[in-house]
Amino acid sequence: MARDLSIKKVLVIGSGPIIIGQAAEFDYAGTQACRALKEEGIEVVLINSNPATIMTDKDIADKVYIEPLEVSVVKELIKKEKPDSILPTLGGQNALNIAMALADEGFLKEQHVRTIGTSTDTIKLAEDRLEFKTLMENINEPCAASIVVNHVDEALDFAEKIGYPVVVRPAYTLGGTGGGIANNKGELHDICSNGLRLSRVSQCLIERCIAGWKEIEYEVMRDGHGNCISVCNMENLDPVGVHTGDSIVVAPSQTLSDKEYQMLRSSALHIITALDIKGGCNVQFALNPNSFEYCVIEVNPRVSRSSALASKATGYPIAKLAAKIALGYTLDEIINVVTGKTYASYEPTLDYIVCKIPKWPFDKFVDASRKLGTQMKATGEVMSICNNFEGALMKALRSLEQNIYDLHIQEVDDLSKEQLREKLKDIDDHRIFVVAESLRREISIEEIHELTKIDVWFIDKIKHLVEVEKRIKKEELTIDLLKLAKRLEFPDRVIAKYINQPEEKIHQLRKQNNILAVYKTVDTCAAEFDASTPYYYSIHGGYNEIDIQNNRKKIMVLGSGPIRIGQGIEFDYCSVHCVWALKKKGYDTIIVNNNPETVSTDFDIADRLYFEPLTKEDVENIVDIEKPDGAIVQFGGQTAIKLTKALMEMGVKILGTSADDVDAAEDRERFDEILEKCHIDRPRGSTVFTSEEAIKVANELGYPVLVRPSYVLGGAGMEIALNDGDIKKFMKIINRQYQEHPILIDKYLSGKEVEVDAICDCDGVLIPGIMEHIERAGVHSGDSISVYPPQKIKSKIKEVIVDYTKRLAKALHVIGLINIQFIVYEDQVYVIEVNPRSSRTIPYISKVTDIPIVDVATHVIMGESIKQQGYEYGLAKEKETIAVKMPVFSFEKIKGAEISLGPEMKSTGEVLGISKNFDEAIYKAFMGTGIHLPKKKNVICTIKDSSKEEFLPIAKQYYMFGYDLYSTKGTYKYLKEHGVPVHLVNRINEKKNTLFDLMLSDTIDLVIDIPTRNSNLKDGFLIRRFAVEAGIPIYTSLDTAQALINCLEKKHSKKVSLIDITKL
Amino acid sequence: MKAYLILEDGHVFEGEHFGAEKEIISEFVFNTSMTGYLEVLTDPSYAGQSVVMTYPLIGNYGVCLDDQESVEPFVSGFVVNELARLGSHFRKDIDLEDYLIEHDIPGIQGIDTRFLTKLIRNQGCMNGMITTHQYEIKDIIDKIKVFRVSNVVDQTTCDKPYTLGSGNIHIALYDFGAKRNIARELVKRGCEVTVFPAHTKASEIIDKYDGVMLSNGPGDPSECQDIIEELKILSSTNMPVFAICLGHQLMALAHGVKTEKMKYGHHGANHPVKDLDTDRVYISTQNHNYVIKEDSIDKNLIQVWFKNVNDGTVEGLKYINKNIKTVQFHPEACSGPLDTSYLFDEFLKMIGGKNNG
Repeated sequence: MARDLSIKKVLVIGSGPIIIGQAAEFDYAGTQACRALKEEGIEVVLINSNPATIMTDKDIADKVYIEPLEVSVVKELIKKEKPDSILPTLGGQNALNIAMALADEGFLKEQHVRTIGTSTDTIKLAEDRLEFKTLMENINEPCAASIVVNHVDEALDFAEKIGYPVVVRPAYTLGGTGGGIANNKGELHDICSNGLRLSRVSQCLIERCIAGWKEIEYEVMRDGHGNCISVCNMENLDPVGVHTGDSIVVAPSQTLSDKEYQMLRSSALHIITALDIKGGCNVQFALNPNSFEYCVIEVNPRVSRSSALASKATGYPIAKLAAKIALGYTLDEIINVVTGKTYASYEPTLDYIVCKIPKWPFDKFVDASRKLGTQMKATGEVMSICNNFEGALMKALRSLEQNIYDLHIQEVDDLSKEQLREKLKDIDDHRIFVVAESLRREISIEEIHELTKIDVWFIDKIKHLVEVEKRIKKEELTIDLLKLAKRLEFPDRVIAKYINQPEEKIHQLRKQNNILAVYKTVDTCAAEFDASTPYYYSIHGGYNEIDIQNNRKKIMVLGSGPIRIGQGIEFDYCSVHCVWALKKKGYDTIIVNNNPETVSTDFDIADRLYFEPLTKEDVENIVDIEKPDGAIVQFGGQTAIKLTKALMEMGVKILGTSADDVDAAEDRERFDEILEKCHIDRPRGSTVFTSEEAIKVANELGYPVLVRPSYVLGGAGMEIALNDGDIKKFMKIINRQYQEHPILIDKYLSGKEVEVDAICDCDGVLIPGIMEHIERAGVHSGDSISVYPPQKIKSKIKEVIVDYTKRLAKALHVIGLINIQFIVYEDQVYVIEVNPRSSRTIPYISKVTDIPIVDVATHVIMGESIKQQGYEYGLAKEKETIAVKMPVFSFEKIKGAEISLGPEMKSTGEVLGISKNFDEAIYKAFMGTGIHLPKKKNVICTIKDSSKEEFLPIAKQYYMFGYDLYSTKGTYKYLKEHGVPVHLVNRINEKKNTLFDLMLSDTIDLVIDIPTRNSNLKDGFLIRRFAVEAGIPIYTSLDTAQALINCLEKKHSKKVSLIDITKL
Repeated sequence: MKAYLILEDGHVFEGEHFGAEKEIISEFVFNTSMTGYLEVLTDPSYAGQSVVMTYPLIGNYGVCLDDQESVEPFVSGFVVNELARLGSHFRKDIDLEDYLIEHDIPGIQGIDTRFLTKLIRNQGCMNGMITTHQYEIKDIIDKIKVFRVSNVVDQTTCDKPYTLGSGNIHIALYDFGAKRNIARELVKRGCEVTVFPAHTKASEIIDKYDGVMLSNGPGDPSECQDIIEELKILSSTNMPVFAICLGHQLMALAHGVKTEKMKYGHHGANHPVKDLDTDRVYISTQNHNYVIKEDSIDKNLIQVWFKNVNDGTVEGLKYINKNIKTVQFHPEACSGPLDTSYLFDEFLKMIGGKNNG
């Protein structure tokens, strides 16, 4: 079979904002697929609301719509663009849901649009719990005993019959949202009612609990002719019970004999054949560790996080193949570009071990529950490759950038043996450390296995690491022992720590004895064929495969590691564009990164990809082999910036802004000097180390003050203090971790926040655009609604901002990018932060201003001035199109997380609303975040005293718009006294007619909760959590509430305009 | 204890000894399967060869004796990157190292198996030695070079006929070094299988059985002249014949087709083969160093049935106007994918009529 030539114009649906359960993997898949389609001469129309993605670049698709991913919007788009086909399997669950809705309504048929790749019938069959279960029964594939329920009673009856515990899985939700394991009637009641509410179809699956079985996944592919292959299988170190996205995962499976491996492989192929999948598919199994019994847990008829992991683990580009299959190609017709000799019908075979560890946001949500279960909590993940399991685990651990380099964390090491035994029963992000410490205290492998159900093979591997650790500490460090330690990937700094020696000494010892990292190739075929894929990983002990045969200038670009709150997909966007710009100029490019979800770790982006931890030692190993002519660190977020000094010490030239100038921007005293020299104001402040100093400074400045550690990302640890008590509390939290640098105390100014990204060369500055924040200062810029071009800033102020930007760029000798945040307070401009590097706003500003910022900046870094590139200095002419970037949160996934916004960033992703009209732009942005208002026109308002006056006009607006307002006593009284009709509702601890009852009544559109900062009032926290868990939109800033009602007032129809950003 | 792997091209790898304390010289091939090391060890087709596993962690699930593909392992030596110190599996009988000691097979671990694989890939299968003795290369290299795999079918075939299973369909299985799962697949389908030694006369089988199964086996097929003669006789009748691997090659030789040695062969569980009649692709287990020369096939007598998707080599033949079908790959799997086990059903269809299913 060959390509279906009737397919000429394809609509690809993206996955929308980054949220927990849906990270960068869909940008990777979508980008790869779009490129594969374009390669075939297909016209590609793309819709995705996420502006930080590479797939929404104008050179990836022919027409790009950064629009809300809503059925109504996609319908309009189809009418406008008239594609002949739609490819829905690359944009995660969002895209699938939209495609299914369009198919169900008959819209696709009516518009003569066909679904290519896996059909909507198949999607429905795989996604609908009941239909899927019936199909599995028909083809004799076992599922765990289960029942689909629409009511809690049915669930309770069923559980009574099969016995507790049971698993609850709501249908059609992301990352298992709302699911969980119920051990008794009460728990089942709670979890099930919540799940039913969250499910798109009010449906939950209740099933036999198979917690403790092995969890095994297969990534499989099938073409239109029925040919199937298994690309990769994976084994979760964490047995069934932990969401696979929250599990430590290895590829290939380690503890399965060929009999089980083939049994499950056959089952997976059997299932995708029965489902008639045409493309990629993920099949998850639970395997009884004591028999051949297995259950099919789930099938994802699309590319997924697991398929991204499998692609990176094997070198087999699943998304690309899925696109080609959708066009009609069969697997045996598509050449495997990795080998150039084999075909896509060849099953990859690995000669290494891959280990993935999730990156959890618990450092951001210190009060949240760290417990892991069927609800995914990780924001991202890292992957590592090694030729032994221990090494892969050690590499992955340090890739997480948690300042953890071995299997030790203080809070676990401090536990008593009995506490450890107890702790082994808990499933949380510390489990691997608990296992290691238990082994150190001589709790047996068998006992640990009994308590955790982790296979003894894995526990023994951890034991091996513990043994070697002990040997290093106790014995003389012989060359053989050092070789062993390095083979298992103990970093030099850890070995040095164990023997109380400086790290440099271990480094020297290694060099003297030729114990060096060597690099091997990921080639899909275990070296059976000659492959020239430039995709490498390191091992210790063995022969090096790197052989560079060109004399082009070599530039190393450092990536940004795992997706986390504060450092998301934007930095991957920047790294990739930097590499592309360098390649265009003829440089030999090297990228180092460890995030399997991203585009940057696709092997055809840079000339050479090193899939490695981003630590000093790991990077130095690459530098030793590559000897790059320079490195670019300003695009990889804080991860890359952190390595600047180390790179310089290795003798690598830092291209662009120098390390010293980066330091000048981050070092408080140096930065103050620069500001003074530039005659620029900043909110007054000082640096401190101790709590006493902090209180003194705060009282001098006058409350409120901003407290934060220096050198942080996404406002980590930043708080607004109102009194001495707050200061004490925050200083204690900050000082929980050792602080190398002083803590900053600044006067807090409640003004308008404005942000600028600029490109700087030796002669001047190009400012593509100024962004204005909707929320006042105090809310982290990443959590604020950002508007381009600014709507409420006087031109005089703009001039000051441009002038300040120029002065700062010059004073800091910035070459490349700079991001500056300002506060405009009583018509004065203050600088609050300067980052001489790329920022999270770069992708969206690039797209809406049509200035390829990273490309231009990269050329500047390589010596080509802004002018030479055809751009003018100064503020670029503002576009007519207004773009509103709005944050998206994942609070519902993190139980116990405080949701009120502040200086610490909490959002996981963002959407964009674009329009020629401001109100529509912001309306579209709200729509993109999933807000569809008004619905029932009831709003709950709980406003702190100091904000009540300011809230009054907003309350009136909601009322005039037809909203019924509900408040508890304080707010109720205030509104009533000021003439706003309002309903009284009881506080949560009363018997009836409480806020909780109201929220459960399914009639509330919105909660506006303006909390008293840092109060110990539990009420407010519970209300906010309850709203989030009930799926009710909630805003904790008056500015957001105001922006929402403003746009609702002005937006009369739900129809939105559509803007192709390639035509801006 | 230190051990050395010395290749005939002069490469020496230092590693750690495991398994039996014994010095061996053999041919070295690599296998790319990620699971199924026991099945590989006990595949008689490896007689005369040592196997390098490209997957670096071997022994993870120990040894389950039921999974052996013959009464004992036939490999000469075993080369791995890392031997598991603990095998974990509910069916484990013993650990892999104990198994190798019991069967007198030496192993070497801790060497760069990827580098070794690339050597074999680039230079072709090579002879080598596994030893714990530190030789001067020049003293030993000639001895290594002179080694030839020969008469291996005789070493691996059974001594006398025996019968497995029961049923209405009686199959004669020529054992050239058969993997157990060939008979198992037939027995599972309701056949009574009588296993015959490799040198059994065709006359002992003709008309006495419903079908003939020719097994896999080791070595150079062109060495087996007497067997080829018997197969000529066998194929002159109208008996349904299905053949695998060496059996496939021998049947081709009996029809004037030529075979040749491949550079490093196919040894793995991920090879795509395409049925040219249906254009369907299946993933197969493969283990062969010799292959049919396609240009020597008389197109009037024989039709190419399967081809390898990667290198286009012949993977299956159908004999025109005869009830004979043969495949180069291993539908019996073990180790490897079960995708082509349907071919045993096809074989029973060739026999026809008497299926007691």
